[in-house]
Amino acid sequence: MTKSDQRKFFFTLAGVIVCLITLWPTFQFYALSPAKRQEVLQARPASATNDEDRQRLEKMAELRDRSIKLGLDLQGGMYLLLEVDKSKLGPAEAKNAVDQAMQIIRNRIDQFGVAEPSIQKQGDNRILIQLPGLLDQGRAKELIGQTALLEFKLVKSDEEHRAILDRLDKYFALRSSASAAGGVALPDSLARPLTSRFLVAGQGGESFVLTENVAAVEAMISQVRADSAFVLDATFGWEAHETEREARTGRVFYVLTADPLMQGKEVQSAQMRLDLDEQRPGAPGVSFTLTSRGGATFADITGANVGRRLAIVLDNRVQSAPNINERIPRGQGSITGSFTEEEAQNLAIVLRSGALPAPVTVVEERTVGPSLGQDSIQQGLMAGAIGAGAVVLFMIVYYRLSGLVAVMALLLNVLGLLACMAGFHATLTLPGIAGIVLTIGMAVDANVLVFERIREELRNKKTVLAAIEQGYARAYRTIVDANVTTLLSALALMWFGTGPVRGFAVTLSIGLIINMITAVGVSKMIFDAWSLRRKVNSISI
Amino acid sequence: MLQILHNINVDWMGKRAIAYTISGACILISVLSLILHGGPRYGVDFTGGTLVEVSVTPAPSVDNVRHAIEGAGIEGAEIQRLEKAEYFLIRMGVGASGKDPAPAVRAALEKAQEGSTVEIRRVESVGPRVGGELRGAAIKAVFLALGLILAYVAIRYDWRYSFGAVAALFHDVFIALGAVSLTNRELTLTVVAALLTIAGFSINDTIVVFDRIRERKQSLRKEPPAKIMNIAVNETLSRTVITSLTVTLTVLALFFFGGDVIHDFSFTMLVGVVFGTYSSVYVASALALDTQLWLERQGKKK
Repeated sequence: MTKSDQRKFFFTLAGVIVCLITLWPTFQFYALSPAKRQEVLQARPASATNDEDRQRLEKMAELRDRSIKLGLDLQGGMYLLLEVDKSKLGPAEAKNAVDQAMQIIRNRIDQFGVAEPSIQKQGDNRILIQLPGLLDQGRAKELIGQTALLEFKLVKSDEEHRAILDRLDKYFALRSSASAAGGVALPDSLARPLTSRFLVAGQGGESFVLTENVAAVEAMISQVRADSAFVLDATFGWEAHETEREARTGRVFYVLTADPLMQGKEVQSAQMRLDLDEQRPGAPGVSFTLTSRGGATFADITGANVGRRLAIVLDNRVQSAPNINERIPRGQGSITGSFTEEEAQNLAIVLRSGALPAPVTVVEERTVGPSLGQDSIQQGLMAGAIGAGAVVLFMIVYYRLSGLVAVMALLLNVLGLLACMAGFHATLTLPGIAGIVLTIGMAVDANVLVFERIREELRNKKTVLAAIEQGYARAYRTIVDANVTTLLSALALMWFGTGPVRGFAVTLSIGLIINMITAVGVSKMIFDAWSLRRKVNSISI
Repeated sequence: MLQILHNINVDWMGKRAIAYTISGACILISVLSLILHGGPRYGVDFTGGTLVEVSVTPAPSVDNVRHAIEGAGIEGAEIQRLEKAEYFLIRMGVGASGKDPAPAVRAALEKAQEGSTVEIRRVESVGPRVGGELRGAAIKAVFLALGLILAYVAIRYDWRYSFGAVAALFHDVFIALGAVSLTNRELTLTVVAALLTIAGFSINDTIVVFDRIRERKQSLRKEPPAKIMNIAVNETLSRTVITSLTVTLTVLALFFFGGDVIHDFSFTMLVGVVFGTYSSVYVASALALDTQLWLERQGKKK
């Protein structure tokens, strides 16, 4: 071996060792039992109670962070893109709305208990949330998307309630052409377009609308709200849950004061409890405690309005509207209704973490269930093994020992590719696996180019040594040209692709870059080492 | 020594009319298919909408699933049974249900068949605006990739060759798109990824042939261009075929064993690789030759 060959050899060896060290945590991690792996995934050193525990958890977290992670499409999980609706905010509020929303959503997710959630800001008004692992999708989405604006409003008295409904009836009657007839007694539905749809109107501070009429009433209400000429010192609210009246189901309709007396920013703590409703023991509800400032305001409000009803409004739905029997000094309250235990738990979490500054909507969702993820891993590995096996077999059968050299180069390529992924904290997705498999098929091209060239040179009666030299020298330029073009399209893909597709572009690009080193450098080194040691006059190619 | 395609001496350029006919026919079929289908069939990635994959055990019939979905007030859903009898793919337009679609689908299916287990395997839901954005991003990426490749080829090669290379690239990508349309597959993000990979692969194959043409032009100065091209194509033919073979082997493995999720991706790649091989042998060099001959005639006229 010449000096330069020795240097190359040690360089390669060092590279392989670095790769193996980088991949060691990944190997350790996937060698664990599934249960243990889950534990490692969920390890949160911050939750440790004593030093020993913390050290153990920190070790787990390190192992997790240093191994190649599986994408959401392989381990299952949820990808949510949220849009923050800033249309109703002032410029000052709008500036911080997204950051605030992110913070609040992060709090909620932390309390929900998801391992390694990722929450990122995207553009001006979007938040990207990635929740890996098994979870109840419906519940997670509800938790994240709920605005959770808690307000306290007074319920208007029966007289006020009826007066407002009356005005609304007249408003709609005037707008329908039939009223122009005049004098003739109008059918009920035309004289009272709104309240004719009510089963009960303005009794005990509330009205009752049958389920089938709710949508129509709601449409009329929003029509009035949109009309800026119609000034109204009140807001409307539906009760959150359906109830029964005269053995028929429907919703309670409230007329409330326009401005909230108080908002839920003042909530200090909230818990799910089962003992809140005396009539229904065991029914889940949420009890909350206000901050001391909030408590003082609450005491003032309740003191000033004894005998009236106070509506507890969450995201524009009236949760309950209890009577104020006396001044409530300590700022404690509760929300009851027909909740399931999970819903009550969610509500407690969102009340604790505060309301979002503006409503959010899910504009993109990609969820993969655990069973599909598992299938994808198996199918991906299977396809990879068969594809790689076929290529390896072909190369060895067709090029014999030289083929074996190419396969060794290929092996180093895949090793380097995986090590890069671990080193860069890249995630492995199903298209990413496809990218690796495809890299294997494309990577041997460099060696095919070289080998075909060597064969040509041999046919032209060159010596083995000269043929190897010439083969590599002439093919190199072509190899670079050919790889660069594929890289360019992979780069374009990386730039625009989302999630899994980007994973494909990443693995393909890294694979091709490494290939230019391994397929040419490493295989040439093996040839040199082999041919220089003895006087060769034949080559297995 | 095991060899295929050694010492071949085919007059490729002399028969280029055949290649033009085949390519023309394939492109015509692609165009017709795209016209008859009213353009590519965009997936939810680009149109917006929801796609839910469920597994229902015991497996109901497709009609039962449709009844259950319609019964839940979800209009215009498209239902497809996957390779396993229990697996169904349900596609819905934007806001087809008014509610969160996945839980609604699950509830409907559970209600329709007493005692069955319903599992949501996958949900892909894209709002209309995001769909539009993804479409824009995909178009940008395609143009960016093509632009970069064009620039690279223009720098590295004579522009007369660039035309042939780029035409071959469009030829491959377009025929792959046609095949997607012809088999009534959806154009999704992963299919676009496949199309871009085909673009890279197609030009890669072409470059190897062009490199050889350039080399032979220097060593065989006196020969006519058609002969030089024939020699270059013949000399690189074994490499072209072997490389396509190894790539095809891996793509076939993905196609048959990679599962539903990347099935369309591997299908598109498969078509692209086959046509990419053919076009770099034939379309690219033949067009480069004709460009050259045409330019020579123009030169003589003056």
